[in-house]
Amino acid sequence: MEPIIDVKELSKRFKGLVAVDKVSFQVQKGEIFGFLGPNGAGKSTTIGMLATLVEPTSGDATVAGRSIRRSKNGVRQRIALVFQDPSLDDRLTASENLRFHAELYAVPKRDYAKREEEVLRLVDLWDRKNDIVKTYSGGMKRRLEIARGLIHYPEVLFLDEPTLGLDPQTRAHLWEYILTLKKERGMTIFMTTHYMNEAEYCDRIAIIDRGTIVALDTPSALKRMVGEDVIVLKCADKERLRKELKDRYGFDAKDERDALRLEVEDGAKFLTRLFNELDTKIEGIELRRPTLEDVFLKLTGKKIREEEPAKSGWMKHMARRA
Amino acid sequence: MNVLHFLRTIKIIWERELIRFWRDKGRMFITVFQPLMYLFIFGTGLRQTLARGNFGVDFIQFMYPGIVAMSVMSIAFFATISTVWDREFGFLKEILVAPVPRTAIALGKTAGAMTMAIIQASVLLCIAPFIGVRLHLAELPGIIFFVALLSLAIAGFGLLFASLVKTIENFGVIMNVFVFPMFFLSGAFFPLTAVPGWMSALSAIDPLTYGVDALRELLLRSQVAPDVLARLILHPLRVDALFLLGFSTVVISAAVVAFNKRN
Repeated sequence: MEPIIDVKELSKRFKGLVAVDKVSFQVQKGEIFGFLGPNGAGKSTTIGMLATLVEPTSGDATVAGRSIRRSKNGVRQRIALVFQDPSLDDRLTASENLRFHAELYAVPKRDYAKREEEVLRLVDLWDRKNDIVKTYSGGMKRRLEIARGLIHYPEVLFLDEPTLGLDPQTRAHLWEYILTLKKERGMTIFMTTHYMNEAEYCDRIAIIDRGTIVALDTPSALKRMVGEDVIVLKCADKERLRKELKDRYGFDAKDERDALRLEVEDGAKFLTRLFNELDTKIEGIELRRPTLEDVFLKLTGKKIREEEPAKSGWMKHMARRA
Repeated sequence: MNVLHFLRTIKIIWERELIRFWRDKGRMFITVFQPLMYLFIFGTGLRQTLARGNFGVDFIQFMYPGIVAMSVMSIAFFATISTVWDREFGFLKEILVAPVPRTAIALGKTAGAMTMAIIQASVLLCIAPFIGVRLHLAELPGIIFFVALLSLAIAGFGLLFASLVKTIENFGVIMNVFVFPMFFLSGAFFPLTAVPGWMSALSAIDPLTYGVDALRELLLRSQVAPDVLARLILHPLRVDALFLLGFSTVVISAAVVAFNKRN
């Protein structure tokens, strides 16, 4: 089957800085495809290029069969883009925002009323459609943006950090809508995130670091790459513990904040040995199945910081230059 | 991209401008009262000083067309420079990622500015009788035509600025470096027929000069003696019209190019 997004050696340089470096991948129709990486890894720049907002330095990609370089309007007509920062007119009502969008995307007039109700009901905003957007909460605004993006029936929905700055409850709610879209419409969703637990919802994930894709697979396959259980040991004398682990078991323990971390095949069994044999005094123990965070750590040697950035990637770039 | 979609784009952008204007009662209030304030403060103050000279026309009546032109300029300029606010609050992205040509966006914005300017001018024309300006219905189409033309030129100018200016912070600079000098050099407050050469030269590239000039002729020619009028008017109407049309074409094209380039 023809992939709905086909990226070939796409690069973007900003004044000598390589933001995205010869990235290639494909997204199949109906997938939720996640771009996972820390801030500044090139996630937003890539989404910006695929959505025709950022001009690539080299390489090309097709989205819904149209080239992002040669057929910008063709791509734009077939995608929806929900930004990190709100892009609604908050002096207008929800309904007016939708109508504005529908006109720009040439939605047939006879279909408009039906579609308006459909997308607003999907995000539970139908009874608030005549309210001025200014009165909406952050979560409602994000939902409205998704509804707006859907009104021209796009083939691909791009979500750039869709849940950034939302509280956990709203975030979970938003995910329900996104999953409904996939299930009921077979919508292809391309999203960036730096929340590990959100990446779990994706069918496939590309882990991106410093402008290149370091791994691309399903979440469970990626976790199998780490393969083993993770044990984290907290201890006052870290160096002594490190030495003991090395001498006794031949492990090279890695640092994890103020603790040490091991990857072992059978975590429960190994813990029992540790209890019985270890001389160094331990203050805390954690045993867990590998998470995407562990995958990320293994592949890049660093953690994704779960901070709340204001703007990143091309947004920052746009805000500065535009 | 067909013609119908192009027109729909212009229309919806125009409509949004008007909805926003209608909702912003504070802005409506200011746009109506600011020109009245200028007219009464300046007019009353200067009328007394000038009463002794042989100006040949009452000063308030002299200033009135200038005030109409100036407020047309303010409203048209503000209408398109507001694109900078759209950028600041994110809405510009929604417009710029849409599959529509930038030209349609620019035309929609200017159409909105022109509509607001015509509404504004109509309000101001209603006060003509109260300051002794006899408005002839036959002049009305000409007046509206020039109000539209002037607002087109100024809206284009504002749009060009919006495409170049990065943040709202630069707005004060624009007002002081461009807009206020444009007001003062336009001949709205004093006749430009006897000013030094450098000032004439600057006035000659100020689009507002041509708007003031045309409106002054149209509003005053039915009640001021021809020899007095000749001393106040710089160009024939067709020259005013041609300049404004040329100016509009240049700035709007430049704005479209700049938007394409930057975003």
